[in-house]
Amino acid sequence: MTVLQSKINPRDPEFQAKHTAMAAAVADLNDKVATIQQGGGPSYQERHIERGKMLPRDRIDYLLDDGSPFLEIGQLAAYNVYGEDVPAAGTIAGIGRVNGAECMIIANDATVKGGSYYPLTVKKHLRAQEIALENRLPCIYLVDSGGANLPRQDEVFPDKEHFGRIFYNQARMSADDIPQIAVVMGLCTAGGAYVPAMADESIIVRNQGTIFLAGPPLVKAATGEVVSAEDLGGADVHCKTSGVADHYAENDAHALDIARRCIGNLNRRKPMPVEVREPKEPLYSAEEIYGIVGTDLRKPFDVRDVIARMVDGSEFDEFKRYYGQTLVTGFAHIHGYPVGIIANNGILFSESALKGAHFVELCCQRNIPLLFLQNITGFMVGQRHEAEGIAKHGAKMVMAVACANVPKITVLIGGSFGAGNYGMCGRAYSPDFLWMWPNARISVMGGEQAAGVMATVKREGMERKGESWSDGEEAEFKQPIIDKYEEQGHPYYASARLWDDGVIDPAQTRQVVALSLSATFNRPARPTRFGVFRM
Amino acid sequence: MFRKILIANRGEIACRVIQTARQMGIRCVAVYSDADANARHVALADDAFHIGPAASSESYLCVDRIIEVARQSGAEAIHPGYGFLSENTGFAEASEAAGIVFIGPPSAAIAAMGSKSAAKAIMEKAGVPLVPGYHGDDQSPGTLRTEAEKCGFPLLLKAVAGGGGKGMRVVKSIDEFDDALAAAKREAQNAFGNPDMLIERYLTQPRHVEIQVFCDRQGQGIYLAERDCSVQRRHQKVLEEAPAPGLPEDTRKAMGEAAVRAAQAIDYVGAGTVEFLYDVDGSFFFMEMNTRLQVEHPVTEMITGQDLVAWQLKIANGEPLPLTQSQVQIYGHALEVRVYAEDPDHDFLPATGRLRYLRTPEETPQVRIDTGVREGDDISVHYDPMIAKLVVWAEDRPQAINRLVTALEQYRIAGVRNNLSFLHALADSKPFRDAELTTGFIEDHHQLLFGDQTQNSEESLVLAATFVMAHRQAQATLSKDPTDPDPWSPFAKPGHWRLNAVSAETLKLALNGTVHELQVTTQPRGYRVTTAGRSHWVEADLLDDRLDIVIDGHRRQLFGQIHGQDITLFDRGKTLRSTIHRETFTSDDLATEGSLEAPMNGAVIAVQTRKGDRVTAGQTLVIMEAMKMEHAIKAPADGIVSEVFYAEGDQVAEGAELIAIDVTDDVTETET
Repeated sequence: MTVLQSKINPRDPEFQAKHTAMAAAVADLNDKVATIQQGGGPSYQERHIERGKMLPRDRIDYLLDDGSPFLEIGQLAAYNVYGEDVPAAGTIAGIGRVNGAECMIIANDATVKGGSYYPLTVKKHLRAQEIALENRLPCIYLVDSGGANLPRQDEVFPDKEHFGRIFYNQARMSADDIPQIAVVMGLCTAGGAYVPAMADESIIVRNQGTIFLAGPPLVKAATGEVVSAEDLGGADVHCKTSGVADHYAENDAHALDIARRCIGNLNRRKPMPVEVREPKEPLYSAEEIYGIVGTDLRKPFDVRDVIARMVDGSEFDEFKRYYGQTLVTGFAHIHGYPVGIIANNGILFSESALKGAHFVELCCQRNIPLLFLQNITGFMVGQRHEAEGIAKHGAKMVMAVACANVPKITVLIGGSFGAGNYGMCGRAYSPDFLWMWPNARISVMGGEQAAGVMATVKREGMERKGESWSDGEEAEFKQPIIDKYEEQGHPYYASARLWDDGVIDPAQTRQVVALSLSATFNRPARPTRFGVFRM
Repeated sequence: MFRKILIANRGEIACRVIQTARQMGIRCVAVYSDADANARHVALADDAFHIGPAASSESYLCVDRIIEVARQSGAEAIHPGYGFLSENTGFAEASEAAGIVFIGPPSAAIAAMGSKSAAKAIMEKAGVPLVPGYHGDDQSPGTLRTEAEKCGFPLLLKAVAGGGGKGMRVVKSIDEFDDALAAAKREAQNAFGNPDMLIERYLTQPRHVEIQVFCDRQGQGIYLAERDCSVQRRHQKVLEEAPAPGLPEDTRKAMGEAAVRAAQAIDYVGAGTVEFLYDVDGSFFFMEMNTRLQVEHPVTEMITGQDLVAWQLKIANGEPLPLTQSQVQIYGHALEVRVYAEDPDHDFLPATGRLRYLRTPEETPQVRIDTGVREGDDISVHYDPMIAKLVVWAEDRPQAINRLVTALEQYRIAGVRNNLSFLHALADSKPFRDAELTTGFIEDHHQLLFGDQTQNSEESLVLAATFVMAHRQAQATLSKDPTDPDPWSPFAKPGHWRLNAVSAETLKLALNGTVHELQVTTQPRGYRVTTAGRSHWVEADLLDDRLDIVIDGHRRQLFGQIHGQDITLFDRGKTLRSTIHRETFTSDDLATEGSLEAPMNGAVIAVQTRKGDRVTAGQTLVIMEAMKMEHAIKAPADGIVSEVFYAEGDQVAEGAELIAIDVTDDVTETET
């Protein structure tokens, strides 16, 4: 294989300035995440622990194999969305190893609003289930939730992708032999009662877990019956009498031990549809990506310098090196897994689009996962390009990407604007995982361009009416548009709304991509059938 | 010379004898019990015969069976080793009767030394100095009391037939005498079936010094210097050395000559040991004579350059002694420690288990290991728990001690409790280096040798945690199971990786019975280990079992072994044991409380309790038969039966209450 020669000068002032800016963005991200990981805050956490319960992240740590990584998704969910803090949308979700098997774990955080389901909690839960469904990952639900957030019931309950979909997914996954294990470690009320009830196996903690369609207050209101929560739906009731739960646990740790045993008894084997080799570290330090990329999207960089810091041994066999050079394509390995990399290195031209479509076809033919490194302002515009059919060439790439059934991982490493987002496997193209760097921006077009377009339209209208518009007034008109685009295009804004699976430290991209790929290999290879390419 | 011999023993001594016999071109026949089918001595022998079950009374002590095997195999001689049948007159006689040479003294010599009091009488006649005391046949308490007063206090009461510390009492004054006598007689009766006692002056600072003697059939006898075996625990030797430190040359000669006289007084042949008590004032007294090769014979071999087993074989073959007394030369100093499966922290209680990890120091002409076990072997309850003898030699005692200490640091055992750490502390201690030897050495220096176990627990925890982490890391990168479809999965990579966070993982380690919580952060170059509020930066490199570790800038080398949850670390002679703690829940039947109802329609076939009975949880109370199956109805909790509703033969319906129990948390409280 070809080893990439990456020449950077760490003493170059521009490199250092970029490095400082990116390091600050990463530090900010880590700060935000550290706060989010405090859940509902110290006082709620202490109360939770006093009740003999483990904190949700401790539950996950205990459940996972010793030292196992945990690929968390939707870490920033609901960040600055509701006007109140709902850290991680009150639910922690991610993939980790349990008794040797990669599992999707969905854990309610009862310290955050009692673990109730906000609209984005539902969306996050469904996204986690979608990943599990697509990749055939056993699901473990650590249930500790009061159920739907009642004031927002219109955004939580009625629609297709709302609360009911959780149980629909459980049923469909169970039918598809994707194990569903529920551990009831707290409340499990009303609709929530269906999580353990719909599970293949369920575990309940005595004097702590409860499952009922209506809690004691509602029962009293409805029938006048006075009953304690434990007598109504505790472990004794459900393990001895009702059969709603299968395993009786003494405490959280015991329940999690049982869950580990359940996974151990699944009789499953990871299909591994690709050939693996022993991983090799890249030759260059991942942290140098900070100084190569920086945070200013207008500053160009050679994406090969980024690839050299992500792939095994910095080895990258480029495909069509000298054709359509604004798109870099080639084969590499990440943590021993083969990948076909498609990376932007400038604006997309017709040739780049054709090259991209060709490369996607190659990878699908050979069942090689695709990694998109997205940094795209769009397709080239102008008369000459429209005339040579850039629309149909772009469409070929979009067609290829949309139909590709190999694992697809997308990382937004810079701009993600316009149709470029489509061709580079944006969220709408169902990549298996989509991650974003803190410097990335996503919107239909750049803020400047959008403001420029809108200002041009307005100026033309005013000039038709014979009115005049000073440059100062135009700038005043444009600024709020630019500000709005900046705010809405920011990764935190995107991630809070689950347009991606998380914002990640560029230096950890290799690890995140490797874990993502590993998760996808829990499903067998799926053949690809392309649609009609416009020729 | 013999063409073939049988070794009527097991363990290290069987291996030891085989080694010499091999060098002399003699074929070896081993015998083994069920427990020893795969033992080292069996593997080393040319032929091996199964002689019975594990219990030594049904195998290694079966005279007839062993003689039969000797005959069957065509062995011309039998080497009895030590222990088992080595000092059994019946065995010696039976071999001779079968026309097989017994490699040991004539049975009459064994018999003469078998009874301690008879032995002393012979010695007295031969002019061998004896400890003042009484060895008479008159065992009436009155006589014994009078003799005790004559002998003087403190004195020692000893079982005539005794050994191993049983039936032995130190009596400090006449007031204690009657009680001590009664107790010692009881113990002797139980242990040996013979309550007879002898009385001896008890020396307050005695040393145990013994002389190796050899006699040939031609009537010649010589001594091969002495061994100091003063360091003992539970009256059993644990460390032996030769020559005895500080023993004047004329005393050595006097003792040696007395020993040879002792042997010749009983027409001794072969290897024997005459044990003396040597007191601070230079006087020495005969204790007993062992009519066999001793466990600690290697120290004599190391300083004389002789192979005592070869001597035994030659003499048994009728050859004269290989050396004359004047040809016997002593070179340098030798030390032997006995590596035992035992727990020094619990009064040296014997331990059992599998030697799942065993590393020994490199064997050289100066470092010798006599052992009968290999890694993976079991130390069973059936036999002596000795794992090995480690023997070193050097020009002088200080160098020999250094060599021993170093060798002990390279000796590593996991899987079975053992005394390596203790031996290391002992050998490395100042009083031992200063040769302040007495038989009370271990008791006198208890604090020094056992130390404070809670000391340095923080460091031990950091070491253990680091080892666990490094071990996981190594496991993840080791050669993989070829059937694993995803051998290098990033999910298998330890380090507790978390997205956008440096996350510490909690490691719970149990050390000396206390569970400690540590926070460990895995970083590219090392680990941050935090315990008890203090944080340590640790870099570690694990290669096989060797851990190169840098803690807060201090580089050192350790070895370690991990088995399931059990961690054993070897830190320069100290063995640190800890376990990875994970809560365990054994009672999956937490929810069984209460039901004393018939599980189905059926007949009561037995009622095993009555009203008012106190019952314990899990006790069977009623047996029912239904659908041709018996069902036991068990007490759900401790309590008192308050009612029995059915009798045997009654038909009961499903759900009928069979018995009522008053469940009590504390039954005694209910009774009052």
